[in-house]
Amino acid sequence: MSDGIARGTISITSLTKVFGNLTALKAVNLEIGKGELFGLLGPNGAGKTTLISILATILPASRGTASVCGHDVQKEQEAVRRAIGIVFQDPSLDDELTGHENLDFHGRLYGMRAGVRASRIDEVLSLVDLSQRRNDLVKTYSGGMRRRLEIARGLMHRPEVLFLDEPTLGLDPQTRRKIWIYIKSLKDSFGMTIILTTHYMDEADRLCSRVAIIDRGEIVALDSPQNLKARLGGDVLLVDISDPNPEFVEKLKENAELRSVSIQDGELILTVTRGESFVPRVFETAHALGVAISEVSMRKPNLEDVFIQLTGREIRDEPSIEPKDRVRIYRQGRRK
Amino acid sequence: MNFVGTVHTLWLREIKRFTRNKGRLVGSMAMPALFLIVLGSGFGSVFRYRGDTTYAEFIGPGIVAMSLLFSSMFGGMNVLWDKQFGFLKEILVAPVSRIAIMAGQTMGTVTTSMVKALVFLIALLAGGLVRSDLHGLLLALVFMFLISASFVSVGIAFASRMTDPHAFPLIMNFLIMPVFFLSGALFPLDRVPEWLLVTTRMNPLTYGVDGMRFALGAPSQFSPWLNLAVLLVFWIGTTLVGALLFRKMSV
Repeated sequence: MSDGIARGTISITSLTKVFGNLTALKAVNLEIGKGELFGLLGPNGAGKTTLISILATILPASRGTASVCGHDVQKEQEAVRRAIGIVFQDPSLDDELTGHENLDFHGRLYGMRAGVRASRIDEVLSLVDLSQRRNDLVKTYSGGMRRRLEIARGLMHRPEVLFLDEPTLGLDPQTRRKIWIYIKSLKDSFGMTIILTTHYMDEADRLCSRVAIIDRGEIVALDSPQNLKARLGGDVLLVDISDPNPEFVEKLKENAELRSVSIQDGELILTVTRGESFVPRVFETAHALGVAISEVSMRKPNLEDVFIQLTGREIRDEPSIEPKDRVRIYRQGRRK
Repeated sequence: MNFVGTVHTLWLREIKRFTRNKGRLVGSMAMPALFLIVLGSGFGSVFRYRGDTTYAEFIGPGIVAMSLLFSSMFGGMNVLWDKQFGFLKEILVAPVSRIAIMAGQTMGTVTTSMVKALVFLIALLAGGLVRSDLHGLLLALVFMFLISASFVSVGIAFASRMTDPHAFPLIMNFLIMPVFFLSGALFPLDRVPEWLLVTTRMNPLTYGVDGMRFALGAPSQFSPWLNLAVLLVFWIGTTLVGALLFRKMSV
């Protein structure tokens, strides 16, 4: 395209994907620059994986265009594939081969010569701390080790763009933290453009320089995590009440300081300009209406609050999230 | 990446997985051995055919063809497992052509199927059930390749359209059994009723079995050229259909 505008490493124009009568992506526009660590954040089923699959040429788009490193994802598939690495959401290793053999297979498929292959395998294996286990069959690896091997594989051919689809899904907190460190070091040492999808708010918050919040196939916000949270401003109050009286909520809404309200498990989540001065109001209102408050806590807003404000829903409310993930996100949300 | 390199990569993976599973090799010998021993001994006494050919000698080449038919058709299973375990995504997102992937997958399964059949053939030679010279053995290899490559493509064609690895064996057995029983592997075709004769003549494996008999010194019915021609056409046909479906496959 010669429209005179500097185009990013990834350039998406009114991209739409329709599955039967479900519109998974609705005219998405997005530019991602070179060297960005970009997050696609949203609940399961929001369209994150669909978007990545189209960018990685494994799914055709219904309408619109997208290019990666200047190559059209529909028309120049091979050039795009050469430029990208991808770590899929679901496992994609051959577990009857060893870790080393999986990487060697990958290197061969990407046309790497034997010498380059051998040195690159050593390099990526030590990067993800798997050198010791290189000759063990993948079926003996733990979930975290498999994930790390997949990340190593995605790096083997030094892609310009690396897609990580839910890189820490289903992993324990310790492994997740380790993988975050790897991802950060990748960006720092190779300067590659990384696009990461996640439904873990803290993951996006910690890692990404810019985040697109995607909900029901649409990008509802696009900014740095800091700016997104700043835009929300103020504090978040969590008010535990025995009986979610609608009148109580209505009364609270009369205050200009209150920006948004949502209810989750009998708990009111209020976004307010200044928490300290709003707490007395809450108690006054509760007292006047005879509502019993068992607990009040205050914290700084996180990306989840941004998501709630933008969509009116909790990211964890999506039915497709497994129960164990719900609990984990919930706890992490509360810890802050 | 070049075509040959991709084919070699896929082939190498198949071979590694195969050599790692000695149990599967032994297991795949069981069925043809059972057929040969039980049928060979059971029907041996009532079988009289063209001079001194014993029944075990008569069905030997057909049982080798059976071994090829089974392991080749079930080769499609590898594609389905790769779909199931996600490895197919890794292959399909690589900057290589699908045709090269299909060719590599095919060559890998053809190799492993032929190794299994060869082990069985060598056992037949050692047991004196098959008498052949070097030319005959080379011709047998050609027939074995054509049988295997054709039915690998059939298996891959089915696997490309399916997603459930548990349904695949059911469908394969549904196909394999009639193809095998109607191939003349177990009985001579010159004394069968008209309907059976017509059916067996439409079955490509019939020509594979007959070709194997010719190559391995057992009494055959058709000209080896006819056998070769039919199998070649069948091979090209199944490869085209298999490649077409494999190309259109989505993961």
